[in-house]
Amino acid sequence: MRRPVLSHGERWESGQRETLSLRRESSRRRTVLLVLPLLFAIAAPALAVQPDEVMKDPALEARARSLSAELRCMVCQNQSIDDSDAPLARDIRLFIRERIAKGESNDAVRSYLVSRYGDFILLKPPFQLDTLLLWLSAPLTLVAGLAAVWLARRRQPGATEALTEEEEARLAALTKGDG
Amino acid sequence: MIVELGHFALVLALCAALAQTIVPSWGARIGDPELMAVGRSAALTQFALVAIAFAALVNAHLTSDFSVLNVAENSHSAVPTIYKISGVWGNHEGSMLLWVLILAVFGALVAVFGRSLPRTLRANALAVQGLISVAFLLFILLTSNPFERLAPAPFEGRDLNPILQDPGLAIHPPLLYLGYVGFSIVYSFAAAALIEGRIDAAWARFVRPFALVAWGFLTIGIAAGSFWAYYTLGWGGFWFWDPVENASLMPWLAGTAFIHSVAVMEKRDALKVWTIFLAILAFSFSLLGTFLVRSGVLTSVHAFASDPRRGVFILAILALFIFGSFALFAWRSPMLKQGGLFAPISREGALVLNNLLLTTACATVFFGTLYPLALEELTGEKITVGAPFFNMTCGVLLLAAAAVTPVGFSLAWKRGDLLGVVQRLAVAIVAGALVAIAGTAWLHGGPVLAPIAAGLAIFVILGALIEVFLRVWRPGLSAGVALGRAAGLPLSFWGAALAHIGVGVTLLGLAGVGFGAEAITTLHKGVPQAVGPYRVTLDSVGDRVGPNYTEVATTMTVRSGDRVVASIEPARRKFDAQPMTTTQAGMATLNFGQIYVSIADPSPDGAVPARLYWKPLVTLIWLGGCAMAFGGALSLADRRLRFGAARRSRAAMAAAAAE
Repeated sequence: MRRPVLSHGERWESGQRETLSLRRESSRRRTVLLVLPLLFAIAAPALAVQPDEVMKDPALEARARSLSAELRCMVCQNQSIDDSDAPLARDIRLFIRERIAKGESNDAVRSYLVSRYGDFILLKPPFQLDTLLLWLSAPLTLVAGLAAVWLARRRQPGATEALTEEEEARLAALTKGDG
Repeated sequence: MIVELGHFALVLALCAALAQTIVPSWGARIGDPELMAVGRSAALTQFALVAIAFAALVNAHLTSDFSVLNVAENSHSAVPTIYKISGVWGNHEGSMLLWVLILAVFGALVAVFGRSLPRTLRANALAVQGLISVAFLLFILLTSNPFERLAPAPFEGRDLNPILQDPGLAIHPPLLYLGYVGFSIVYSFAAAALIEGRIDAAWARFVRPFALVAWGFLTIGIAAGSFWAYYTLGWGGFWFWDPVENASLMPWLAGTAFIHSVAVMEKRDALKVWTIFLAILAFSFSLLGTFLVRSGVLTSVHAFASDPRRGVFILAILALFIFGSFALFAWRSPMLKQGGLFAPISREGALVLNNLLLTTACATVFFGTLYPLALEELTGEKITVGAPFFNMTCGVLLLAAAAVTPVGFSLAWKRGDLLGVVQRLAVAIVAGALVAIAGTAWLHGGPVLAPIAAGLAIFVILGALIEVFLRVWRPGLSAGVALGRAAGLPLSFWGAALAHIGVGVTLLGLAGVGFGAEAITTLHKGVPQAVGPYRVTLDSVGDRVGPNYTEVATTMTVRSGDRVVASIEPARRKFDAQPMTTTQAGMATLNFGQIYVSIADPSPDGAVPARLYWKPLVTLIWLGGCAMAFGGALSLADRRLRFGAARRSRAAMAAAAAE
C-alpha cells in the first residue's frame, strides 16, 4: 500500500523507506560538483523510478512519466524527479501518481505543484515578464546576427551585384569572340 | 623538499611569464628584434618551470605524502596508482595547475614552431599568452596553492571521491583542458593581429592547426564526459544541459564556428573581422566556463558570496581578458582590410549562415545557463532552466545548422548554384525524407523530433558521401584512375568529409533515443523480462570484493529469441573509506545499440528491482564524436597546414631560382 505523501500541514514527509546511505549520496553529490573540474552532471548512483511506484494502467503511468520529466528535483543539481533517486523526488512522483489516479489532469497537478513550490520546480521556465529576455534570447541573437551580416554587406560597394542580362549577353558574345 | 621545490618553481614560472609579457611586447613596440626574441626563451622557460611544479605535485600524490594538504584531502594510500595520478587534477588546486601547465605547453609550441611567423606577430602573441599565464599563476599562488603543507600530517588521506575513481574521469579533464586552453593560442593571435592592425591568410594558416587541435580535444573531451555520465548515472542519460556541461559546450560551439570561418579566411581571404570575433569569443567562453565551475557560483549564488576570494579573482581575470579584448576589437577591427568578395549563395555564404546558427545556439546556452543566476541575484525569484528549454531552442538551432552542412559542403566558392546543389544532393534529400516519414509512421504519436533528426542525419551522412563520390568518380573512369583521384584530394577535404559524416552519425545516435524501450520491474531468478527486441533473465546474485570496495553483483543473460547474445553483470558498489554507494550498470552492445540494466539493492528473497533499457544506436553518439575529432586530425595532417610548410616551399623556390 502506498503511504500518503502529503501530510496536510506544510511539509512533505521525508521518505522513511530510503536508507541513510542514499541520503548521504545526494548531499555528497552536491559537494562533488564543487570539487570536479568541468565535470558532467552529477552521479545518481541508484534507481530513480522504482518498480513499486509504477501505476497499473500504462496510459496513466505514461502521463505520470511525462509529467515527472518536466519537474525538477529540488534538492538535486539540475535533475528531473524522473531521474532522481532523492527521497523528495520519490515523494513527488508518488504524489503525482496519486493525483492522476484520482482523475486530475496533468495541468492541474502541475499548477498545484507550482503554487506550492514556485516556478523553480518547472524545468521549462514559464513564458512571462521576468523570463521574456530568456525566451527571446535566441530570436533576438539571430536577428542581430542577420542585421550585422546585412550591414557588413552594404558596406562593401559592388560586392553583391550580379551581372544584368544585357551584361551577361555581352560577356557571352565577348568570350565567344575570343574562342 | 620536492614539494617546496615545486612551489618555488611555480613562483619562478610567474617571473618568467612576466618577462614573456613585458619584454617582447616592448620589443615589438620599439622594433627591437632581440627584445622580441626574449618571448621565445621566456615561453620555453615558463613551460619547463610549470612542468617541474606539476611533476612535484604528481610525485606527492604518487608517494601519498599526506603532509601536503592537497594530497591528504584528495587521496588515500589504498587507491590504485592510476587514480593517485588522476587525483592530482580531481580537485580545485590541482586542476588549476593542470590548466596552467597546458597553457604553458601551447605557449612553448608557438615558441618552437613559430619561426616562420612575422617577428612582431609572434612577439605580441607570446606576450598575450604570457599575460594569461601571469593572471592564472597569480590566481594559483594567491588563492589556490596546491603545495600547502599540513602539520601534523594525518596518518591516512581522506580518499579520492569514489565517483572520480573511474577511467573515464581519469582522462576526461585533461582532454577537456587541452581543448579549453588550446583556444588561448587562437585568442592570443587574434589579440596580436588587432594590436598590429593587420591580418592575412598566413595568419589563418598558422592559427588553424592550433584551433583544430583545441577543437579536436574538446570534442573528444565532451564525448568522454558524456559517455562517463551515461555509464555511471545508472539510467543511461548522456546529456543533461547541466551548467557544467554547458560550460564546455559553449566554447565548442564558438570553436566549431571558428574553424569554419578561419578556413574561409585562409582560402578566400574573407570574413576577417568575423574570424577575429569568433577567436575572442571561443576563449572568452573557455574563461567563462572556468569561472562557472571554479567559483562555486553554480551551486548557489550564496555559496559564491560566502567565500568570494577565488570567485572574485577569476571574475576579475574574466573581465580583464574579455572586456580588454572586445575593447581592442571595437577599436582596431575597423582597420582590418576586407578582401575576398562573395555572393550570398556560395560556400562562404553557407558558412556565414552556419556560423550564425552556431553562435545563436551558443547564445541560447549562455542565456539559459546564466539567466537563473542573474534573476535570483536581481529579484530573488528562483527559476529553473532545464532540458526542455534547451531542446526547444539550442536543439532546434543545431538541427538547422546540421541541415546546412551538406549544402555548404557542395556549394562552390564565391558564387554557387543552389539548384545544381539540390540536384547533386537529390539522392540524399530523398533518402532523408523517406527515413523521416518512415520514422514518424513507426513512432505514430511519439516524439516528433526523433524522426526528423534521423532523416537529417541520413541527409548529412549521404550528402558528405555524395560529395566525396562526385569528386572522385566521373562516368567512364577506370577504378585505378578513380583511386588516383581520391589520393589526390587534399587531406583537409577528407577531414572535413569525415567530420561532417561524424555530425550525421552523432545525430543518428541522438535520434535513436526516441526509438528506445524501457522496463521498470522487479527481476526474479530465471524469469525473463522483455525489453525492446530482447529478453533479459536474472541468473544469480552474489557478493564480490574489490581493492577498496565490496559490491553486490548480479549476472544476467540477454537473449534474442532463444539465442543467447550477451551476458551482463550489473552491480551496486559500496566503498570502504566513504559511506557511499555507486551503481555499476550492466551493458551489452548489440548492433550499435545497447541493452542497459541498472539495479537497486536486492531484497532478502533474492529479487532485484531493476531498470532495463534498450537504447538503439546509442553508441553512435560517441562514435560520431570520435569521427569528428579524427576528421580534425586528418585536416591537421594536410601538407599545406604543416608547420613551416611556407618556409620550406619558399626555400625550395629560392633553390629552383638559383639553378
